[in-house]
Amino acid sequence: MLAVLSGFVEELRQAGLPVSLTEHLDAAEAIHHIPLEDREGLKYALGATLVKSQSHWRAFETAFDVYFAHRGAPLNSGIEGLVDETGDVAQGDDRSTFAATGAEGVGARGESGGGGAGGGGGGDGMTAEELAELLYRVLLGGDQAQMRTLARFAVERYAGFESGRPVGGTYYLYRTLRNLDLDGVLERVAAEIHLRGRPDGSREEPGGSTLKERLAVDEYRIKAAKIRAEIEREIRRRLVEDRGAKALARSVRKPIPEEIDVMRATSEELGDLRRALHPLSRKLAVRLARRRRRGRRGPLDFRATIRHSMSSGGVPIDPKFRHPRPSKPEIFVIADISGSVASFARFTLHLVHAISSQFSKVRSFVFIDGLDEVTALFEGSNDPAEAVHRINTEADVVWMDGHSDYGHAFNVFYQRFGDQVTSRTSVLILGDARNNYHASESWVLAELSRQAKHVYWLNPEPRSYWSSGDSIVSDYEPHCDAVVECRTLRQLEKFVGGLS
Amino acid sequence: MTLSELGLPELGPPRFSSPADVRERLARVGYLADVGIAGVVHLADRLVKPVLVEGPAGTGKTQLAKSVAEMTSSRLIRLQCYEGLDEAKALYEWNYRKQLLRIQAGQVAGSPAQIGEGGDASSAEIWAELEEDIFSEEFLLARPLLEAIRSEEPVVLLVDEVDRVELETEALLLEVLSEYQVSIPELGTVRASRIPMVFLTSNNTRELSEALKRRCLYLHVDYPDLEREREIVRTKVPGITEELADQACRIVRSIRSMELRKAPSVSETIDWARTLVVLGIESVDEKTASNTLHILLKYQIDIERVGKELLGSRDRPVPG
Repeated sequence: MLAVLSGFVEELRQAGLPVSLTEHLDAAEAIHHIPLEDREGLKYALGATLVKSQSHWRAFETAFDVYFAHRGAPLNSGIEGLVDETGDVAQGDDRSTFAATGAEGVGARGESGGGGAGGGGGGDGMTAEELAELLYRVLLGGDQAQMRTLARFAVERYAGFESGRPVGGTYYLYRTLRNLDLDGVLERVAAEIHLRGRPDGSREEPGGSTLKERLAVDEYRIKAAKIRAEIEREIRRRLVEDRGAKALARSVRKPIPEEIDVMRATSEELGDLRRALHPLSRKLAVRLARRRRRGRRGPLDFRATIRHSMSSGGVPIDPKFRHPRPSKPEIFVIADISGSVASFARFTLHLVHAISSQFSKVRSFVFIDGLDEVTALFEGSNDPAEAVHRINTEADVVWMDGHSDYGHAFNVFYQRFGDQVTSRTSVLILGDARNNYHASESWVLAELSRQAKHVYWLNPEPRSYWSSGDSIVSDYEPHCDAVVECRTLRQLEKFVGGLS
Repeated sequence: MTLSELGLPELGPPRFSSPADVRERLARVGYLADVGIAGVVHLADRLVKPVLVEGPAGTGKTQLAKSVAEMTSSRLIRLQCYEGLDEAKALYEWNYRKQLLRIQAGQVAGSPAQIGEGGDASSAEIWAELEEDIFSEEFLLARPLLEAIRSEEPVVLLVDEVDRVELETEALLLEVLSEYQVSIPELGTVRASRIPMVFLTSNNTRELSEALKRRCLYLHVDYPDLEREREIVRTKVPGITEELADQACRIVRSIRSMELRKAPSVSETIDWARTLVVLGIESVDEKTASNTLHILLKYQIDIERVGKELLGSRDRPVPG
C-alpha cells in the first residue's frame, strides 16, 4: 500500500500539485485509520492530506481513479464480465438481470420495459436500438448502479477498445458518446417534457409551466452528466486494466487550471478557467493593494536625516526617508480577438479590468483588421465577464475581410489614439502576430515605444512557434520592452502582478 | 509525528469510533454531514491535526465547528480574524493596569521607592521579586488561542475567516496549530493539557501560506447535493411538507447552475423555505417564486436573470 501511495504522490507532483514530504507522511498515517475496502473513505483521506486547494481537486480525482481503480472484472469475457464486481448482479444471465433491475427502477414507465434488453439473446452485446432504449430509461429513472452498468454496456459496444494502444481515454470517450447520442436522447426527453408537462405524465397540464419544465430538464441534464462521468470512469478503468496505472496516468493527466494552455483548452477546461479567474483576480488585487500600502519607503531624505542627527550629536542614528510619490501606471490593452487567440484575449481583458483599481486608468482596444475602443463596455457594467461577452457583439473590428491584420490595426490605433499615449502609459499588446502576410507596419510600435513608458507583447503561442509561418513576432520584437510567452493563467498572473 | 516527541500528553481515547459514528452524532445535533466531512473530522481526531475548511459563503463551515463542539460537549472558543489582528488579541496580553496597581500598592506598603537609585542589595532584591511577581500568570490575560491551549475542560477552537489576517500574522497560528503550545518569553512555554480540536475557516479571498496549509487537513465544503439539501431543509424548517422541500431544493439547484454573481447559499435556501411555510404556500409556482426571489438572491442583476431564464417572466419581479 505504501508503495502505491508513493507512486500516487509522485503522479500528483507530475501533474503539478505541490505535495510536500510532510503531507506524504500524513497521508501514509491517515490510511491506517481508514478501512482498506472503503474506497470513498480512502479518497477523502488522501484528499484531505494531499490536496490543499479546491482547484486541484479535479486533477487529484483523475489520478485517484487511475491509481485506485475498481479492479476485478476480467476483460474480454463478453457481457458476463461486464457486470459490476460489486456483486449486485452476481451470476446467471446478467443481461436479463439487468433488464429486471432496469424495469424495476423505471417503475411506472414499464410498459415498454421488458422488450428492450431481454429480447436480444446471445451475441456480443446489445443492438444499438436496445442500448438507446436502455439509456432513455436509465435517464428517466436510473440510480447510480444502473448508470454504471449502462456505462459498461455502452463502452463495450461502442468504444472499439484496442488493447495496448497508447492513447488517453479521450478518443474512446468521443466514440462512445457519439454513438450513444446522449445529447440526442436528452433533447428527446426535453421535447417530451415540453409537450406533456412532466415525463411521467402524472400531471397533464396543457402548455405546462416554464418553471416545472425547466426544473425537469435540469434534472435530466444532471443525470446525463453523471452518465457521462460514469462512461469516462469506465473507460479509464479498462485502460488501467490494459496498461497499468503508471503508464496510463501520464496520458490522462488533467492539468490544474492555472496550467491549462488557454489556446488548446477544451470547452470544459475553459469553464474551469473562467471559474479560476474570478478568485485569481480578487487575490491579485488584494496582493497589489497590500504591496502598495506597505511599500511606503522612498529614497533616503538626506536633509531630514542630518537634521535629526543633531539630537544624537551629529551621528545619523535614525535615517529618514522620503514619502514615495504614488504612481499608478496607465494601461492600454490592445487585443487581437480573431478566432485563434480570442479566448486568450478575453481572459486577459477580464483580468486586467478586474484589477483596474490598481491602475490609474485602463483602456482597452480590440481588433481583427479594424480597431475599436471597448473601454466603455467595461465601465458601464460592474461585471467584467458580461462586458467581455458584449465585446463580441458590439465592437466594430472588421475592416476588410475579418482576418487578422496587425499592420492596419496598429495604423488605425496610431492615428486615432496615438497622441494619448504618454510617458506614464504601459501598452500591452495581446496576440500571436499571425498577420496573414499583410504589411507589418512595425514603425507604429517603434513610435509607441518612444512615447510610452513600456510596450509589452503577450503571445499565447509557445515560444518555439514564434516567427514560423505567417507569424511576424520578430518584426515587432525589437520595438517592445519584452515579448512574453503567456499560455497559462499562472504566466498571466505573474505578468500582470509585475505590472503595477 | 508521535505525541511523546512533542512532549504532548498522551492522546485521550478517540472521540469517534468511525466516520459513520461522526455522521450519526452530527446528525443528532442537527448537522447533516456528507461522507467527506465526516471522514475528515474523524481523521482530524486521529491524526491530531487542525482542519482547514474552505468553501463558498453560507455552506455551514462555521456551523460545522459549532456542531462538533456541541456533539462532543466541549466548549467552543472562537477567534474571529480580521485585518490587523495581532498577538495581543490572538494569543495573550499582559494586564498592565493591574501590574501598575501592583507596583503602586508595593510602594505604599513598604518603601521600595529608591529602585535603581540606591543600588544597595535590598532594593535590587525587592525589584527582582516584584518583577517575578508582575510577570506571573495572575497578570496574564489569555486570548482565544492561549485559552484553548490552557483549558482543562475539552474545547473546540474555531479560527474563523483566517484568510482575513495578513500573511505575517498567520505565523502566530503556526506554533499553536502544529505543536499545541504557546511560548511566552517571561513565563516559558505553555503546553496543552488536552489537545483541542481545531477548525480554521476560509472564504478563499487569498491564498493561505504553504506553511499553514501543510499543517492542516483540508476540507472543501461545497453546496450540498439535492438529497442532502432536502434533508437539511426538512430538519431546519419545522412544518415543511416533503413535497415543498423537494420543490424548493430543485429550484435552488437550477438557480445555482446558472452563472450568477452570488449563488444562493444553504442558509438562504433555509430562509426561503421558512418564508414559503410562513406564507402558507403548498406548491411553488412562477408567481410565488418571483415574489420571493429576493430572499435567495441578493443582487438585482441576478434576480433579473433568474426571473427571465427560469421563471420566464418578462417584467421585473417586485421585491417585498
